[in-house]
Amino acid sequence: MVEILSRELLAEGIWQTKVLAPRIAKSAKPGQFIIVRADEKGERVPLTIADYDAAEGSVTMVTQALGVSTRKIVAKGAADSFADVAGPLGRPSDFVHESLEELKSKRFIFVAGGVGTAPVYPQVKWLKEHGVEADVIIGAKTKDMLIYTEKMRAVASNLYIATDDGSEGFHGLVTALLEKLITEDGKQYDCCVAIGPMIMMKFVTMTAKKFDLPCIVSLNALMVDGTGMCGACRVTIGGKTKFTCVDGPEFNAYEVDFDEAMRRQGMYRTQEQRALAIEKERAEGHKCNIGLDK
Amino acid sequence: MANKIPRVPVREQDPAVRATNFEEVCYGYNLEEASLEASRCLNCKNPRCVAACPVGIQIPHFIEALKGGDIKGAAEIIGHDSSLPSICGRVCPQESQCEGSCILGIKGESVAIGKLERFVGDWRLENPQSVELPATNGRRVAIVGSGPAGLACASDLAKLGYDVTVFEALHEVGGVLVYGIPEFRLPKKAVVAKEIDSVRRLGVKFETDVIVGRTVTVDSLLDDEGFDAVFVGSGAGLPRFMGVEGENLNGVLSANEFLTRANLMRAYDDNYDTPIYVGKRVVVVGGGNVAMDAVRTAKRLGADATIVYRRSEKELPARVEEVHHAKEEGIEFRMLTNPTRILGDDKGWVTGINCVQMELGEPDASGRRSPVEVAGSDFEIACDVVIMALGTSPNPLIASTTTNLETTRRGCIVADDEGQTSRPGVFAGGDAVTGAATVILAMGAGRKAAAAIDKYLKR
Repeated sequence: MVEILSRELLAEGIWQTKVLAPRIAKSAKPGQFIIVRADEKGERVPLTIADYDAAEGSVTMVTQALGVSTRKIVAKGAADSFADVAGPLGRPSDFVHESLEELKSKRFIFVAGGVGTAPVYPQVKWLKEHGVEADVIIGAKTKDMLIYTEKMRAVASNLYIATDDGSEGFHGLVTALLEKLITEDGKQYDCCVAIGPMIMMKFVTMTAKKFDLPCIVSLNALMVDGTGMCGACRVTIGGKTKFTCVDGPEFNAYEVDFDEAMRRQGMYRTQEQRALAIEKERAEGHKCNIGLDK
Repeated sequence: MANKIPRVPVREQDPAVRATNFEEVCYGYNLEEASLEASRCLNCKNPRCVAACPVGIQIPHFIEALKGGDIKGAAEIIGHDSSLPSICGRVCPQESQCEGSCILGIKGESVAIGKLERFVGDWRLENPQSVELPATNGRRVAIVGSGPAGLACASDLAKLGYDVTVFEALHEVGGVLVYGIPEFRLPKKAVVAKEIDSVRRLGVKFETDVIVGRTVTVDSLLDDEGFDAVFVGSGAGLPRFMGVEGENLNGVLSANEFLTRANLMRAYDDNYDTPIYVGKRVVVVGGGNVAMDAVRTAKRLGADATIVYRRSEKELPARVEEVHHAKEEGIEFRMLTNPTRILGDDKGWVTGINCVQMELGEPDASGRRSPVEVAGSDFEIACDVVIMALGTSPNPLIASTTTNLETTRRGCIVADDEGQTSRPGVFAGGDAVTGAATVILAMGAGRKAAAAIDKYLKR
């Protein structure tokens, strides 16, 4: 059992949960993820690490409630516990292994989309702590769905916000904002890191390519164990099959087969939708659609 | 003198019924059946069965005890060489080990040694014997992995007075016994959990959700957490794929993924959240025990299930009993068939598998006749799920995060016969050293390493 220290609603359906996991907090590095199992019957859900504090022994995750399993996770608050939290899994971001001298000469731009903003935070925070500058773009559908803006402002050199409806910051997609920063505002970058929905990462990659800007993405593939055992998270990188859990989750974006990765994410969609429908019916009671109740 | 009676048949669930449930196929012997079967043993002076047992269980001795109705005595004799009899009685390839060497098997049927071992093992689980533990010697040993190698090593060390902690990466203890071997072949609550409880009663501590190499490292266990020695029994968990076209289509999965969903995550039970997909027709590629487990699980989930194997039936590496059970359950076997390509629709879902017919040529390095393609024999099997059961290799995570730990080119940890690795204080055994093998070999390696660790710490 893993004790939950706190829970906070960040935006509609998006919750931040902090748990007590001293070993994970001590070993975690930017770019890694954890596996969370809400209860004894729950799925093993991979979630990127949003923050960690070795002194406090805590690990923070940000979860968007979409299916049965993520709903179970966000339903648990302080004083509750999760059945399991395992990690840190995956390889840390490449920059963790680079020399600080080299890093300080690099100009980073992070592009964060929706709930993907959370895993960007520990990366930018790590860079800031090591004296490395990084700009950040956060994108969301609308102002109310933005998360982590204040936390990010504290660690980013420049923070840019884009909303699809223009309710805050730049009116448009993160790709358009990235392009504007480079072409109109004269920004120069040496490395782009994009984390968010697969479709967003695909388009950020295309934008980065236009400017020959090296790009890294963090893939959120389906997983069971997260330790290299099952291969559910297979992705094609540069024509070769890789496991997201042990070879990633971060990859050179230019080499990622995004269409395959998106298609593979939908492998269990039918079952997931069915499970969600059953859960909804259990909660709300059965509504007959063929008129037998009349 | 031994009874000249035929081998006592073992009671099993009806094939038509069991193909729709996950309960154990074989019911095992009761006392009467076990005593009768035991009476068939000739008690050979030079028992070939003992020589053929990877851990040298004194088979005629335990059977002699059974003949006299002394189950407890039989359990003690087995316990001298094996720590997991109720498991090995169920999963050992007896036909190529003890039973394959039984004199009675030359002209007739060998003694059902596996079933007798299981009977004794199950009795032991029902009647746990109190073990007098020596006072703790204060030395701490970390065991990496809670599969057969780790469990055996842990229990021997605990009996010698060591303070033992087992670290398991998954959320449940048992390793391959839990995630790999299905319920219908090895019951989790009735057998595996009880075996683990008996290890727990020896004072062994278990910590789940600890991935050695990530959460902690072998180095940090030795340097920061105060362990005096480490045993690595992390198994061979990395699945192999064929590298054929279409392998990343939706509907292609490793047997590890399929079995982990079904076994560890209980996806076959609607009360559990993890999804599993079988479609209408499943093809399992491979001929080992894992392939049999996967194909029979698919059948139980309602699919038409087929085995595709590139050699002939004689070369199937699976236990004979599993192949027999699979056939009874209506599994289709397509031998001398090799997949060349997986076919998909425009949405990226599997629609079939393209195969070629094979014929057997000259024997290869393994002594088995190697399959050769029959030119122009391409054909297609329609299916919506393809499960790859082609073997596994050790996870490189531990080797890559441990200082001075040598591995082979195939990623196996280099260790001598006693489990000593290239790094003093670090021992290894089981599939992590040998590559995918059997429960009994892993158990034997865990016990040898326990003795070596004891010697090392007392030096």
